Amino acid sequence: MAAVLPLPVSPAVRQRAHWTDRIAHAVLIAIALALILFLAAPLSVILVQSLETADGAFAGLANFASYLATPALLQSLWNSVWVSLAVTLITVPLAFGFAYALMRSCIPLKALFRTITLIPLLAPSLLSAISLIYWFGNQGAARGLIQMLGVDNIYGAPGVVFAECFAVFPHALMILVTALSLADARLYEAADALGTRTRRKFFTITLPGAKYGLISAALVSFTLVVTDFGIPKVIGGNFNMLATDVFKLVIGQQDFQRGAVVGLLLLTPAVLTFIVDWLVQRKQTAMLSARAVPYRPKPAAGFDAAMTAYCVLVSALMLAMLGMAVFASFASYWPYNLTPSFKHYVLGLVDAEVGDAFVNSLKLAAGTAFFGTALVFVGAYMLEKTRGLDWARPIIRLLAMLPMAVPGLVLGLGYIFFFNLPSNPLNGLYHTLALLVLCTIVHFYTTGHLTAVTALKALDTEFEAVSASLKVPFFKTFWRVTLPICTPALVDIARYFFINAMTTISAVVFLYSPDTKVAAIAILNLDEAGEIGAAAACAVLIAAASTVVTLLFMALGWWIDRRTQAWRQPTPR
Amino acid sequence: MSDYLRLENIRKDFGSFQALRDIGLSIAKGEFVCFLGPSGCGKTTLLRIIAGLETQSAGSIFQGTRDISVLPPAQRDYGIVFQSYALFPNLSVADNVAYGLVNRKQPRAQIAQRVDELLKLVGLPGSGTKFPAQLSGGQQQRIALARALATAPGLLLLDEPLSALDALERVRLRQEIRSLQRKLGVTTVMVTHDQEEALSVADRIVVMNQGVIEQVGTPMEIYRDPASPFVADFVGKINVLAGQLHPGRRVHIGDSVFDCAHDTDAARDVKVYLRPEDVLARPIAAGDANVFEGDIDKIEFLGSYCLVRVSAPAIGPQPVTVYLSLNFLAEQSLQVGSRLPLRLLPERMRLF
Repeated sequence: MAAVLPLPVSPAVRQRAHWTDRIAHAVLIAIALALILFLAAPLSVILVQSLETADGAFAGLANFASYLATPALLQSLWNSVWVSLAVTLITVPLAFGFAYALMRSCIPLKALFRTITLIPLLAPSLLSAISLIYWFGNQGAARGLIQMLGVDNIYGAPGVVFAECFAVFPHALMILVTALSLADARLYEAADALGTRTRRKFFTITLPGAKYGLISAALVSFTLVVTDFGIPKVIGGNFNMLATDVFKLVIGQQDFQRGAVVGLLLLTPAVLTFIVDWLVQRKQTAMLSARAVPYRPKPAAGFDAAMTAYCVLVSALMLAMLGMAVFASFASYWPYNLTPSFKHYVLGLVDAEVGDAFVNSLKLAAGTAFFGTALVFVGAYMLEKTRGLDWARPIIRLLAMLPMAVPGLVLGLGYIFFFNLPSNPLNGLYHTLALLVLCTIVHFYTTGHLTAVTALKALDTEFEAVSASLKVPFFKTFWRVTLPICTPALVDIARYFFINAMTTISAVVFLYSPDTKVAAIAILNLDEAGEIGAAAACAVLIAAASTVVTLLFMALGWWIDRRTQAWRQPTPR
Repeated sequence: MSDYLRLENIRKDFGSFQALRDIGLSIAKGEFVCFLGPSGCGKTTLLRIIAGLETQSAGSIFQGTRDISVLPPAQRDYGIVFQSYALFPNLSVADNVAYGLVNRKQPRAQIAQRVDELLKLVGLPGSGTKFPAQLSGGQQQRIALARALATAPGLLLLDEPLSALDALERVRLRQEIRSLQRKLGVTTVMVTHDQEEALSVADRIVVMNQGVIEQVGTPMEIYRDPASPFVADFVGKINVLAGQLHPGRRVHIGDSVFDCAHDTDAARDVKVYLRPEDVLARPIAAGDANVFEGDIDKIEFLGSYCLVRVSAPAIGPQPVTVYLSLNFLAEQSLQVGSRLPLRLLPERMRLF
């Protein structure tokens, strides 16, 4: 361009903020502060601890050096890595086969198969470890079976690998089902028109199409196994892994510094997963155009029969896992007297005060579901639908996504470091149920946040503009329009928080006191005390409670749908 | 006429991109003004700045006697209708229309009466109990209009309100909006990329391109007297011929010389802009000036009239498009290949 006249310099015009905008800004800042206080600060303290001596002097990388100089800890690192790799290599192909059967074949009872594979999500992951002990432990029902396979003792690596496969399977399956549902039928029709063989179609269309899903599933599986605490604790025996080390170092030896080093090690794969997943998601969305035609599988007798058989086998294994825990929890005296009785439930609930823990669990779950849903939804609304404060929004977005990249164990570690500090004015929260609730909300924040954002993005972007033009403050529109439209999403978020709060162990294991012990932790304690029957009973109770609550939430969702979503019916009534 | 809305030196930058440059505009009370331009010309940005939904980088806005430059939307006085309707889907039609009224703490009966009145006004009486999803697109947009007018704002802003509707509904609704606006006398600004829409409803059209105002004028002025080649090109169909303007109001096109309304001191190259309807096929008498002959290349049938492409070596290699009525073609038994005399009107030639 030719010479441009310099523009007259005038101060940038800034719109005056309305008092309602100021309310929105205040809420937004409050949420940002909460996330900084209960997420960013604890995580930073881990980093600080890892660089300090026990007296608080700067230690540089001395803690890392001392970690690397401890052969036992290095052994754990190696154990964690190879076990996670093994589980990933076993689970992802199995889950892919299952997802393929669900999405690309005409097998019957798809909904049933799917429901069965979701069962592990309703109980703490260590339920599968307890079941394995009953199946293949020293007094196991089918010990001979694994001895034939050359495994003498289920305690240790084989047990961990086996149990983790069950725990991780539903997570991998959900990702792969989504990946395989994104198929464009036109590609297959074009291939058919060109006379392509089935095998070639699979390798040139199906597999590349599910590539990102496979990467995602593999990364998620790896991260889940590396950071899982419950299973190695119950069935690991003397087989040490990073997650158990961190607990021993921090709780057992009070060695916060090396504990922090291990915490950072655990954080690494999760952060990597998070970044790769984010990159993959961006590519994935671009892949399927709006004009794609959904793929519909065609019946093929032989293939469908084989797929059905496979699904039956996997589902049977799942049910065997759950079933054994249920059966054993009722058995009077395993393995000698299998007459059903409530002995373990009575022992657990009354004598070992698991009853209190169970009540605590319900309190924790209800608190997390209620306050978590409110916080997540209000936060997402303020972020997406209000104006101004533009510098703060990217920071809050990042903070809302961060929990996805932080394993519960690391978050718990950060909490113990941060809130246990005598100099912290919030020290009073330590060991309280309130802190457990906060920690659990933060731990599962991202999924709730994304659900809320998706629901909000589906709304017309101009609702707020219209309200402002009609001089209706945003919070009235939030109450009268946004909230009623989004209730189905709210129910989903609340259910997600509730179930996860019931079953989580990793973060809260550092934070409970005898008064605030939750049921999932009680399982660990019972198992440690050798009361495996009571442990099984307790795990079954959690699974039962989760199931009941899931059903209640489904009923609630259905009822709300009928009450508030009448306007979705396009036909006049 | 007194100015009701005045924009002074409005500028809007998005980073290094200048979306609006030094926009100045006055709109009279009760006027219906259309912002017309291709997508990305800044017309919607300008509307959103008037609404306070975006903030200008520099410049001032006055509504009545009030400086509203830095006021938040809620403190300005306007009703707005969006392309997406933005009706609240979970509220009934009546609740949607009453949305802004309820906040003013008026008695219930009074609100209900006002809602009925508005629904009648937009031609949908008795639909108050329905939900938006049960209405057609055109009906929903009428409700959005009623909602925007409910609080009797001084200014009505319409952001491409007809773009989401089908062709028939679009024509019907735009006339309804026009007569409603006349009836209420509310000052209205409508953004559109559809020139036909702008020509048919606006008192004045603001033609915009790349962040600047190209021309402001009545539809007739815009059409007949485009101020720039862009306006001539964008509004209506037009032929563009290369020519040379000579002193004495003479323009050379190809090998022919025509009278024109423009004059010059020294010969210079020009572009001659000719609307198809300004190239006359009749009446032409023997000895008329400004006549040239051409051969019909192509006839595009458009119903009652035809778009006829004529190549005339006498005015250069570029063909000319003219409108001819079906009757005329039949009378003269014209078809592809026929020879045809054509006449140019000096006062209708636009030279740039």
